[in-house]
Amino acid sequence: MNYRDKMMHRIHSNEIIKPTLGRMVVEAPYVAKYRKAGQFIMFIIDEFGERIPLTIADSDSEKGTITLFYQIVGTSTMKLSHMKAGESLFSIVGPLGHPTEVEKYGTVVCVGGGIGIAPLFPISKAMKAAGNKVINILGVRSANLLILEDELNSIGDSNITCTDDGSKGRKGYVTDILKEIIDIERVDLVVAIGPVPMMKAVSHMTKDAGIKTFVSLNSVMIDGTGMCGGCRVTVGGETKFTCVDGPEFDGHLVDFDSLNLRLKTYHAEETQSYDSYKHKCRLDGVNAHE
Amino acid sequence: MHMNERTPRQKMPEQKPEVRRTNFNEVSLGFTPEMAKIEASRCLQCKKPQCVEGCPVNVNIPGFIAQVVEGKFVEAIKVIKGSNSLPAVCGRVCPQESQCEARCILGKKFEPVAIGKLEGFVADYEREKEHLPAHIPAAKKNKKIAVIGSGPAGLTVAGECAKAGYSVTVYEALHTPGGVLVYGIPEFRLPKKIVSYEINALAAMGVEFVNNRVVGLSETLADIMSRFDAAFVATGAGLPSFLNIPGENLQGVYSANEYLTRVNLMKAYKFPEYDTPVIRGKSMAVFGGGNVAMDSARTAVRLGCNDVHLVYRRSKEEMPARAEEVHHAEEEGVIFDLLANPVRLIGDENGRLCGVECIRMELGEPDESGRRKPVEKKGSEFIIKIDAAIIAVGNGSNPILQKTAPDLKCNKWGNIIADEETMKTSVKGVFAGGDIVTGAATVIQAMGAGRKAAKGIMEFLESGNW
Repeated sequence: MNYRDKMMHRIHSNEIIKPTLGRMVVEAPYVAKYRKAGQFIMFIIDEFGERIPLTIADSDSEKGTITLFYQIVGTSTMKLSHMKAGESLFSIVGPLGHPTEVEKYGTVVCVGGGIGIAPLFPISKAMKAAGNKVINILGVRSANLLILEDELNSIGDSNITCTDDGSKGRKGYVTDILKEIIDIERVDLVVAIGPVPMMKAVSHMTKDAGIKTFVSLNSVMIDGTGMCGGCRVTVGGETKFTCVDGPEFDGHLVDFDSLNLRLKTYHAEETQSYDSYKHKCRLDGVNAHE
Repeated sequence: MHMNERTPRQKMPEQKPEVRRTNFNEVSLGFTPEMAKIEASRCLQCKKPQCVEGCPVNVNIPGFIAQVVEGKFVEAIKVIKGSNSLPAVCGRVCPQESQCEARCILGKKFEPVAIGKLEGFVADYEREKEHLPAHIPAAKKNKKIAVIGSGPAGLTVAGECAKAGYSVTVYEALHTPGGVLVYGIPEFRLPKKIVSYEINALAAMGVEFVNNRVVGLSETLADIMSRFDAAFVATGAGLPSFLNIPGENLQGVYSANEYLTRVNLMKAYKFPEYDTPVIRGKSMAVFGGGNVAMDSARTAVRLGCNDVHLVYRRSKEEMPARAEEVHHAEEEGVIFDLLANPVRLIGDENGRLCGVECIRMELGEPDESGRRKPVEKKGSEFIIKIDAAIIAVGNGSNPILQKTAPDLKCNKWGNIIADEETMKTSVKGVFAGGDIVTGAATVIQAMGAGRKAAKGIMEFLESGNW
């Protein structure tokens, strides 16, 4: 069809960098030109694909490319991991959502958990460029899941990595490190991105300490422009849409428990879709990542 | 062939309810050429046709019907296309019973001429049998028009202006153009191949479509105006309203927009062949009484839901939905829980919806809308067990474009203020129309606004007067 998106989203590179993590550099010149820290895109892998939101880790406006990190959790990200350089994604729209409110706050602690470290990277960079003292805390379950450590270490005034199992950096949780920091120095802002329980724990701690906190939510969404309302979340007792009102919100006001439940809506369907895709892969002789 | 006015209105052949409950194919099977000719011959060819005045885009109805009587179906479609660029769509989704057909003189004593069905017939005939070549635009004009939003209003402006020789670029936020025609209206009412045929026809005329572009987020309206001579804003009523009752964020609670977008645009009805899932409830409730509520309920039936409850706070007479849609929904087994209103949604220990508490209503004195106001009957609460719910109580205006266009004047509901005749906004060179101006309305009303705007835009570009 000749009215289809004429923009080709050619893949420059796609590598599985960790057992369940991929890194893709893909052409999206409009996004690369305009994107700001904190914004996201939605991609569709092929004509059968879902619209999936992903945060933007980096961009190159000259080459017209963006860098995406993805966790292989469902059908679309599994398909994404099978894409090769030279092939194209069906669709990319963005940048979507409000950019991070970057200004000079003073001391900013950037807390990233797991794949949340990817969207944290541009925010940390922007906070540093705005003249803040930046402390990065990166937390993962195990060393083999850690991404962007060197990049973030080159930004922060101090950088702490921790793992649940002690296989890299300090053994412990990001909240343990954060507690130590706020006990000894003044912190003006905390930015926390990661799994919902992590963002909830960080927000709980900073609320008691009276420190302003941003969290970035990754809700289930369809259009990403406010039209479907699927990404609604309760913030300060009001219904907000993650796509147009967020994705960043005041962590002290977010109802994390109801968000966490909503994220599980399609658990059964996701398993069914994933199994169906793996079955197709076996028939086609593609080696699916288990 | 001569028929007098007592020839009965031809009944549209339809898929039987028990069959169509299980598929997404169109309900209507379409007139045969013979039926179309018989139906057309019922038209009295009034000297002062009231039907034309009842049409928001003033289609020359007796003119096209006269061609149908003669069997000149291609001539008939040419007459319609003089004033309506999307006849196959309008023939299906226009509320003819309150527009053209409501004014038909025959309807006073007998049944009105089936104008909508005839319009659909000739459009389908052209698309399936004749494939008229693309309209050759008039001599190219050296002016560029941006259309923001590719729903019915935007497509109308694009078609009218391209026909006149202007260069037109249409920006669409989704990955496919068509707006509500592709994400909202289900396949069984409006097959998507019809929409793509119409859009391909515009593309063949030279209209450029840029998908995946959300104007107002990065590039603002001002950025667009720096590249174009005029812009038409038709971003629609895309911001779903919720009920503001407890339990609305439970798993299994959808806005109608989300439910229909999953099924229509993303083809969740073909899951897992298509990746997008949708909850297939065993018992579901739809809240609302408009066309979108009917579309949602009938979609749920087709996805295998045995008990689809349509919960509406007034009685059937007050329903804003088209009578035909209500009738189709009833035939397909939708359960109408009228004079009832949801009070709270109930979840299980996993946060999944398992029921809704409703309260009975009775009709009191007429309110501002002229309809009798529903009043709660104390102590009449009852619970319906459901595992999915669809909220179809309307849409607000999508705020994205306006947020970065401070000079664009809006009313208190966020709708863009535009002149009723020219569709001019408060910003020079910028016109607006469709749901973003009026609030949620019909496809044909949006197209009517598009026609006025196209005229306004071309006058402005010719004269330079604002």
